[in-house]
Amino acid sequence: MKEKLEAIKAEALAKIESANDLDALNDIKVAVLGKKGELTAVLKSMKDVPAEERPMVGQMVNDARTAIEEKLEEKKTSIARLLRTEKMKRETIDVTLPGKKNLRGHRHPNQIALEDLERVFIGMGYEVVEGPEVEYDRYNFELLNIPANHPAKDEQDTFYINKEILLRTQTSPVQARIMEKGNLPIRILSAGRVFRSDEVDATHSPSFHQVEGLVVDKNITFADLKGTLEQFAKEFFGEKTKVKFRPHHFPFTEPSAEVDITCFKCGGKGCRMCKGSGWIEILGCGMVHPNVLEMCGIDSKEYQGFAFGIGLERVTLLKYEIDDMRLLYENDVRFLNQF
Amino acid sequence: MNTPISWIKAYVPDLDVDIQEFVDKMTLSGSHVENYEKKDKNLEKIVVGKIETMEQHPDADKLVVCQVNVGTENLQIVTGAKNVKVGDMIPLVLDGGKVAAAHGDDTEYPEGIKIKKGKLRGIESNGMMCGIEELGSSRDFYPEAPEDGVYVFPTDSDVKPGDDAVKALGLDDTVVEYEITSNRVDCFSMIGMAREVAATFNKPFYPPVVEVKANDKDVNDFIKVTVEDTDLCTRYCARVVENIKIGPSPKWMQDRLKAMGIRSINNLVDITNYIMEEYGQPMHAFDLDTIANREIIVKRAKDGETFTTLDGQERKLDSGVLMICDGEKEVAIAGIMGGENSMITDNVKTVLFEAACFDGTNTRLASKRIGLQTDSSFKFTKGLDPNNAIEAINRACQLVEEMGCGDVVGGVVDVYPNPVEPKVLPFEPERYNALLGTDISKEDMLEYFKRLDLVYNDADNTLIIPTFRQDLGCMADLAEEVARFYGYDNIPVSLPKGEATVGKKPFNQRVEDIAREICERNGFSGGMSYSFESPKVFDKLLLPEDAKEREAIVISNPLGEDFSIMRTVSLNGVLTSLATNYNRRNKVARLYEFGNIYLPKALPLTELPEEKMRLTMGMYGEGDFFTMKGVVEELFDKLGVVGIECEPTSEIPYLHPGRQAYLKKGKLDIGVIGQIHPEVGDNYNLKAEAYVAVLNMEVLTMLASFDRKYEGIAKFPASTRDLSMVMDKSMFVGQIAHVIQKNAGKILESCELFDVYEGEQVGEGKKSVAFSLIFRAKDRNLESAEVDKAVDKVLGALKEMGIELRA
Repeated sequence: MKEKLEAIKAEALAKIESANDLDALNDIKVAVLGKKGELTAVLKSMKDVPAEERPMVGQMVNDARTAIEEKLEEKKTSIARLLRTEKMKRETIDVTLPGKKNLRGHRHPNQIALEDLERVFIGMGYEVVEGPEVEYDRYNFELLNIPANHPAKDEQDTFYINKEILLRTQTSPVQARIMEKGNLPIRILSAGRVFRSDEVDATHSPSFHQVEGLVVDKNITFADLKGTLEQFAKEFFGEKTKVKFRPHHFPFTEPSAEVDITCFKCGGKGCRMCKGSGWIEILGCGMVHPNVLEMCGIDSKEYQGFAFGIGLERVTLLKYEIDDMRLLYENDVRFLNQF
Repeated sequence: MNTPISWIKAYVPDLDVDIQEFVDKMTLSGSHVENYEKKDKNLEKIVVGKIETMEQHPDADKLVVCQVNVGTENLQIVTGAKNVKVGDMIPLVLDGGKVAAAHGDDTEYPEGIKIKKGKLRGIESNGMMCGIEELGSSRDFYPEAPEDGVYVFPTDSDVKPGDDAVKALGLDDTVVEYEITSNRVDCFSMIGMAREVAATFNKPFYPPVVEVKANDKDVNDFIKVTVEDTDLCTRYCARVVENIKIGPSPKWMQDRLKAMGIRSINNLVDITNYIMEEYGQPMHAFDLDTIANREIIVKRAKDGETFTTLDGQERKLDSGVLMICDGEKEVAIAGIMGGENSMITDNVKTVLFEAACFDGTNTRLASKRIGLQTDSSFKFTKGLDPNNAIEAINRACQLVEEMGCGDVVGGVVDVYPNPVEPKVLPFEPERYNALLGTDISKEDMLEYFKRLDLVYNDADNTLIIPTFRQDLGCMADLAEEVARFYGYDNIPVSLPKGEATVGKKPFNQRVEDIAREICERNGFSGGMSYSFESPKVFDKLLLPEDAKEREAIVISNPLGEDFSIMRTVSLNGVLTSLATNYNRRNKVARLYEFGNIYLPKALPLTELPEEKMRLTMGMYGEGDFFTMKGVVEELFDKLGVVGIECEPTSEIPYLHPGRQAYLKKGKLDIGVIGQIHPEVGDNYNLKAEAYVAVLNMEVLTMLASFDRKYEGIAKFPASTRDLSMVMDKSMFVGQIAHVIQKNAGKILESCELFDVYEGEQVGEGKKSVAFSLIFRAKDRNLESAEVDKAVDKVLGALKEMGIELRA
C-alpha cells in the first residue's frame, strides 16, 4: 500500500513537472485527485486496510494529496506567469509613436500677461475693480485735471460720441470713480480696454488695454510708489530686474515719473530689443495730483496717494517677443496655440 | 526739441561733461533725451589744405595731380574734381581718416568710409579732397558749395592750412533731441534748455544780455497797434527797423541754424528764426510799407473770409481765427503764418517786427481748422509766457544792430493790458518731504530752487515763481522740482504702511475665469477683437431693417466707417477671426472671446449705454451643434446653474433656421446657440459649417453659485430600465425627457438618452428614441414592483402624447 501511494505520488509529481499548459495540469488533477482518480481509488480501498493501519495510511494519502496539490498550484502559477510574459511580448508597442492630442484651447497672451499682473497686485492687497468703457468726459478728463481745451486732450486723440460722452482713453477714469465714492483707504487695480484714434500698425492699435493701480491713504509717499513698483518689477520680470524712475509729466499726477526696467532679454547690456540702451520703458506713474484728490472729494492735506498705468499690450509684446501688435487681434490659431 | 551742444555752451560755458554723461543726467533731471547725433561721428583726420600746384595726370585726361599744403608739409593728391584751382582752400581727408558718405551715392554708411593712400593710374595720392556730401551735410546748409565737386572755403574764411576742417565748417557739434513734456513750455527754447542744463550740472547760467541802442526816432510815429480781441492776444509788442540792408547773416548764426536743420535765407529772416529757437518766441516781420494807414489791428476774422498766406495758398477763415489786420485788410493769421500781401522781399526798406502772445488753445484749434501747422503755431499752442515777448523782440533788434542790417527805431509799442505777475507760493519743506518720503534739508531745497531762478523771500517764507514757469502752481509741483534735482534715484524705497486691505477679484471675473478654463479645455482659444465695427455688420448678419441691434452708438470721429459704431452684437469679431483662419487653411479653429456689447438706452446718447459682457464662442472643422451644446452645458454645470433649456426657434436671422436655439432658464435669456446661416457664412467668406454660442455673462454671473453641499454616496443598488419608443420625427426629444422626469417620481435618479434612429425600420416621418432610466432610493432597496409602477406611469403619460413603446 505504502509503495503504491509513493508510486502514485512520484508519477503525479513527475507528470506535473513536465506539463506545459493549464489543460494538461487539469487532466493530471482529474486523473489523480478526481472522483475516479488514482488517489481517490486508494482512499476508496481503505476498507480493505486493517483497522489499526488505517490512520497511518489515511495520513499517507493526505500527505500525498497535499504534496500533489501544492505542486499543481506551484506549476499553475509558473505557467500563468509564462503565459502573461508571452502575452506581454505580443503586446509590445512602438513607444516612439506620437502621443494622442486632445483638442486643447489656449489663453490669449494678453490675458496671460494680465493675469500675471493681477496676481502680483492682488498679493499686495489690491482689489480688482471695473469701470465703463464708454465714459463721460468728466471722468476721463475733467476730474483728472485735464480741463476743456487742455492740449493733453489732443495728445490722446479721443474718440467722441458727443460732447460729454467718449470712449475712455485710459483706465484712469475708474480711479476718479473710486475716489469719488470715498471709501478710504483705497488700494485698487483696474484693467480694461481703452481707445485712442491711432491708425493700426505694428505698434499701434485704436483699441488696447491698460492696467491701472491706485493707492490713497494717509502718509503715502513717492518712496512707497518706488518700493511698490520695484517689487512688482521683480515679481513680474524676474528677481534681477532693476528699475529706473525718470521725471515725466502727466496732468493727474505730480510728481510724475516714467519707469524703465533693465532689459529682460539682455539683462541691461544692450540689445536689439532695448535698442542698445539696456533699458525698457514699461509704465507711467506718480503721486496723485492734489487737484485730482480735491475734485474727487478727498482732503489733499490729510490724504496722499500714488497711481500707475501700464500698457498691457506693450508688456505682452515684450514678454513674448511678438513683433507685430496686429497679431494680437487676428486670432489666427497658429498664433494662439503658442501660448 | 533739439539743441546743439555748442549753442547750449554759449549760455553754460562751464559745461564740461562727455555726451553720455550729459544724456544720462539730463534724462534723470526730467529732460528725456530721445536721441543724439554727433555731426562729426564719421569724420576723422580732415584738415584744411591749400592747393599749391596743379598738373595734368600723365596717364588720365580727367585727373589732375596737386601738391596740397596741410601746414606742416605738402601732400601729393590726385583728384578728378573740376572746380578746384591753385590757391583754393579745401577740406582734405588724410591717409587713415574717415568721411561720412561717398560722392554721388545715396547709400548710408553707418560706420563711415575709411580713406587710405593709394595710387590713381600709377600716381600716388595721399588723401582725398572732400565735397560737402562726403562730410555728411548738403548744399541746403552750405549753399556756397558747388553742385558737383570739392567744397572750397570762401576766400573771406578765416582758415589756414592744417586747421581742423570739421571745426572750420561747424560740423564738430552734437545735436541732442529731447522729449519735452507739454507742461514745460519754457523748454521749447534754447535759453530754457540751457537753464535746465545749468541747473542739472550746477554750473553758472549766462543768458544773453539784451541792450538795444536804437535811433532817436519814435516808433509811435511809424505804427499804431490796437488789440480788439484781448482774450486771444494777451500781449502785442512791435518795433520798427528802417534802412534795411538785406544780406547774408554771419557764419556763427548760420552755423547754429544749420545745426538745428534750418537753412539760412538772409539776415532778417535768419534773425526771426534765430529768436524763435533762442527764446521760443515766434516773431513775424512785415514790410511796413505794405501796411495800410500804418496801423495794426488784432481781431477775429469773419466767417467765410479767405486769405492768402505767404506760401501762396488761399486759406478759408472763420470767426474763431485771430487775424492781424492793417487799416484796410488782413495781413497775417495770428501766430500761424503771415500774408503774401505784407511779406518781406529783397527790396524791403522798413520792417515791422511783431512779438506777441496769442492764446494757445485758440491757435491750436484754428490751425487745425485751417489745416496749417507751422513752427510758429506749434510754439503758440503750448501757451507762451507773455513776459518773454518783450525780451525776444529787443534781442532781435540787438542782433539787427550787431549785424548791421538796419537802424532800429527808438521805443517799443507794447499793448499788454493785463500783465502776468509772478506767482507767489509758500515754501513748505516739510510737506515736500512728506510727499516724497525723504528727509532733504531746507538748505538743499532752496539751493535747487535758486538754480531754477525761483526766488526765496525770507521775510514771508515764500517762493516767487518766474512767469516762464507756468507749470509751477502748487506744493506738489515744487516737491517735484526738489525731487528732480535731489534725484529720483536717491529717493528711498518703502512700501505703503497703514491699514491692511484684502486683495480680490470681483465675482463676475471669477465666473469669467472658470468659463475661460472650460472653453480652453474644450479646444477653444482666447481671441480678441475691436469694440467698434462697421455698420455693414448688420447686413452681413442678415439683421432686418428694424432690428433692435441696428440701434448702435455712432462714434463722431471714427478712424473710418469700418470702425464707426459700437457693437451691439458680439458675433462679428469671432466670425471674422474664424474666416481669417479658414482662409489661411487652418483645418480646425475654435475661438472664444470675452467682450462688451454697448446698448444705448436712447439715441442720441444722453447717458452712458449699458455695457454687457458677452462670451462668444465659434468653431468650425470638427464637431457639430451638440459639441457646442456640450461645452455650454459643461459651463453651466461648473457654474452650478441648473435648469437651462435649449428652446428651439427659427427667429435668429444669422443662424441656420433648423439648427438654432435660445438658451433660457425660465424667462431669463442666457444666450443663443446654433449653426451659422450659410448666407452669413458666405458674407464672411467662411465656407465651412460653423457653430456659435453667445452667452450673456451678466445673467450667468447672477445665477452662478459655488456653494456645494455633500449629499452622500448612494448605498443601495440601482435598478435600470431601458425604454425604446417610436414617435413623429418633428417631436423634440427634450419634450420626452421632460415627461419622463415629471412622471417617474422621486426614485428616478437619472434619465439618459442613448439612441436616436431614423430609417426604414421605423417608417417614414418617424424616429426611434431610446432612454435609459436609472431608479434608486436613498434609504432602501427598491422593490421591482415599485419601479414597474413608476415606469407604467411614464408610459401612460407618453401614451397620451401618442407615443408607443417600440416592440
